[in-house]
Amino acid sequence: MKRFILPLGVFAALLGFLWAGLHLNPREVPSPLIDKPAPAFSLTQLHVPERQIGTRDMAGQVWILNVWASWCVACRQEHPVLMELARMKLAPIVGLNYKDGRDDGIANLQRAGDPYLVSAFDQDGRVGIDYGVYGVPETFVIDKRGVIRYKQIGILTPEVVTGTLVPLIAKLNKEGGNG
Amino acid sequence: MVKWLAALLMALALSAQADEDLDKRAAALEEELRCLVCQNQTIADSHAGLAADLRREVREQLAQGKSEQEVLDFMVQRYGDFVLYRPPVKSTTWLLWFGPLLLLLAGAVLLVSRLRSARRETPAPSEEELQRARALLDNDKEQP
Amino acid sequence: MIPELGSFALMLAFCVALLQGVVPLFASLRGSAANAGAARWMAVARPAAYAQALLVTFAFTCLVQAFVANDFTVLYVAAHSNTLLPLHYRISAVWGGHEGSLLLWIQILVLWTAAVAALSKQLPAEVVARVLGVMGLISVGFLAFILWTSNPFERLLPGSVEGQDLNPLLQDIGMIAHPPLLYMGYVGFSVAFAFAIAALIGGQLDAAWARWSRPWTLVAWTFMTLGIFLGSFWAYYELGWGGWWFWDAVENASFMPWLVGTALIHSLSVTEKRGSFKNWTVLLAIMAFALSLLGTFLVRSGVLTSVHAFATDPKRGLFVLVFLALVVGSSLLLYAWRAPQVGLGGRFAMFSRESLLLVNNVLLLAAAGTVLLGTLYPLFLDALGMGKISVGPPYFETVFVPLMAPMLLLLAAGPFLRWKQAGFKDVRSLRWVGVAAVLLAIAAGVAVGISPLLLMGLTLAAWILIGSVWHLLQRLRVFEDNRTRLDHRLSMLPGSYWGMLIAHAGIGVFVIGVTLAKGREISHDVPMRSGDIHHVSGYDFRFVGLQNVEGPNYSAVRGTFDVTRDGKHIVTLLPEKRQFASGGMPMTEAAIDRGPTRDLYLALGEEIKPGNWIVRIQHKPFVAWIWAGALLIASGGLLAALDKRYRLKKGKA
Repeated sequence: MKRFILPLGVFAALLGFLWAGLHLNPREVPSPLIDKPAPAFSLTQLHVPERQIGTRDMAGQVWILNVWASWCVACRQEHPVLMELARMKLAPIVGLNYKDGRDDGIANLQRAGDPYLVSAFDQDGRVGIDYGVYGVPETFVIDKRGVIRYKQIGILTPEVVTGTLVPLIAKLNKEGGNG
Repeated sequence: MVKWLAALLMALALSAQADEDLDKRAAALEEELRCLVCQNQTIADSHAGLAADLRREVREQLAQGKSEQEVLDFMVQRYGDFVLYRPPVKSTTWLLWFGPLLLLLAGAVLLVSRLRSARRETPAPSEEELQRARALLDNDKEQP
Repeated sequence: MIPELGSFALMLAFCVALLQGVVPLFASLRGSAANAGAARWMAVARPAAYAQALLVTFAFTCLVQAFVANDFTVLYVAAHSNTLLPLHYRISAVWGGHEGSLLLWIQILVLWTAAVAALSKQLPAEVVARVLGVMGLISVGFLAFILWTSNPFERLLPGSVEGQDLNPLLQDIGMIAHPPLLYMGYVGFSVAFAFAIAALIGGQLDAAWARWSRPWTLVAWTFMTLGIFLGSFWAYYELGWGGWWFWDAVENASFMPWLVGTALIHSLSVTEKRGSFKNWTVLLAIMAFALSLLGTFLVRSGVLTSVHAFATDPKRGLFVLVFLALVVGSSLLLYAWRAPQVGLGGRFAMFSRESLLLVNNVLLLAAAGTVLLGTLYPLFLDALGMGKISVGPPYFETVFVPLMAPMLLLLAAGPFLRWKQAGFKDVRSLRWVGVAAVLLAIAAGVAVGISPLLLMGLTLAAWILIGSVWHLLQRLRVFEDNRTRLDHRLSMLPGSYWGMLIAHAGIGVFVIGVTLAKGREISHDVPMRSGDIHHVSGYDFRFVGLQNVEGPNYSAVRGTFDVTRDGKHIVTLLPEKRQFASGGMPMTEAAIDRGPTRDLYLALGEEIKPGNWIVRIQHKPFVAWIWAGALLIASGGLLAALDKRYRLKKGKA
């Protein structure tokens, strides 16, 4: 009798997993960079091509890196939230203008508003690859020691800002920074 | 002069061969990497922008002399194991890689036990069954 | 009006299905056919089946009408059609999306049910009642799914002026034929399932039951083979990258029931001839249909990522999951309860045809289990919070080949073994077949380039093909003195024998195709401009030029390529890049020159600079043998199903 109940047992286990699967998102790729040092970069500034902006400039403080592009439709949805985030002055926001045209990027910020301290111009997307960017927009929170502590895949919503970013940045600000 | 020409031709031929080798190695690697913005495609077959960028990375790194494993490690560092179509063998994928073997072994065990039980005697027919069998056989024989 | 009639017909069909599912089953439990009252209730089954078929067919016709008439007040039509869409694609668009394809599913189910009702006159009334009852219950589930979550007749008011168009990838003849053929297979396994449940309920599992069940299963399996073949064939020329199998979740969802179905048809033949394997056969029948339902779940729930997946909705996924749980759970429960009483059946020795077929069952199940493991493993890990991985072709190819190799080895030997007790002398002559196979493979390998995998594949294929021919010669007793004429002896061979022979030979042909196509394929992606020439495998591809062409609902860029070999013109290939009026990503239309020994495959990639395109040029040896092999396998199934012994007159069963 026992071996005849085995198929049913296996099937029941399978059902459990399938049911769990209904609540998961198979397309979401979690970042392996959490709690790892943010990849160093130094790129030209979007508005001022003669000057550079990079990870070294942001060392010693908690900061936010937001990946955006003028061709990205979802970014437009996110933009008001970013503007609000900038107004809250939680942490400086550095933009990463990903695979865009310089003029298009500048025009986009002129039209919609510029929440960024400065935007870095990543024309060929190499810095994006270093950060494991696979979709736009994406947002990273980096602590005083230059370690990535959080990645938001997809648009920032007010709920994420108040529920996750505010407490996280408060916590990170309490942490000490060192070399 | 001739020697110089010969050396030049040789270099050209070798670099053409090297190019072809690079192409082959790059193509092989591209079949191992997943396009992250697609619905299940390799970066070799995808037309997406990110796929083209990653193909460029693969080619450049191989040309710089990196090994296949180094290129794959580069990708995994940034995107996680998800980007590999051949899952790495680690404790969490142990069941995946050895599962087929385990299934075969389980099947073999099942097989042996089934073959053994098949050799056990089936019960001998009862007297009533034997009589019915005889009657049927005699019946058949009588038909023209 | 008409869509509402269609919807109403489905509701009526639901009621009829409920009747068909509940009443005859209940009656068959209460009393046998001898009891007149029970017999009357059981007799409800057939007319209910016919009524259901009529109603669903009517509903299906209503949906077809909505598409043909461009009725964009129906949401589903607006989402999947377009006024510019040619008529034949407007009809195939009926099953281009989730709701319509479900309607196709139920349409095919009611046709199978009606067929079983019509062709079951020789079966005892209880069996008919139970089989049709089970199929009725399955109908209930699918009709409920359609009516409650996925009604294709839902209105879009006010109607839109223009539809969103059928996905350009699906505007193709392959799209017209592939889903119906595949569904004929998926749904057809429900007949085997119903027979198995009927047998478990009745407690009567014997050779007669296997003889009733086998032809239905063979036909379903044949359709499944054709459906999978067509999907692969279509992907090859439609997707523009030259591949024909990607071990994608949805492809695997069709391959698993096929593997189990193959085990089932072999197991049924043992039960039919020897009365053994009864528990195996019943379990396999349940598993084959369970995998069909699992496939339905995987494709429509969003649980796995796939190019084939329909628009996903977890709510629909939950419905299918619950249905799956009920159907398979209750059948496995029934199995656990009744199987111990079924008995062992005939004895057989350790070395016999039965034992080899048992090994066959185990290997096929291990293969199906492996595919299931690989397909669902990312889900397992994610659900347990242990990270996200991908399992793709490199994994499947690594594990599948070692699994299949022993099967192919035993395939040729199996038919030589006698039932019940085989002797070594049955297979002694095969050693010469083995030698011949190895020599032939080496010769072929020398011609195309030797590699271990190539040699193994070719040896196994030759082993199967030569072994099949050898078996035929032995069966015809060509080497003995015999009074009967050869052609008479040929005609005396039963359909099931030809079926086995041709299907097995088909596998050999298929293995040759796969081994050479994968092992010796050459693929180049090169930037080319007008006037450039590229060389691949002795062929010269000259890019002549580009032109713009207009189709009925698209505009395209067409490249002209002249292909020559040693100066002689072979063919002119015209690949296209199509942009459809309804928008979306441009579509690649590959140009293929097919031949018995090689395919030349050309596709336009991207335009990197005006007039400068990346072109994919492939030389693929023996690809046609893959298709030929698949068709032979399907033919074998058909021949076996048409065997005379299944076409008994009424009363003789």
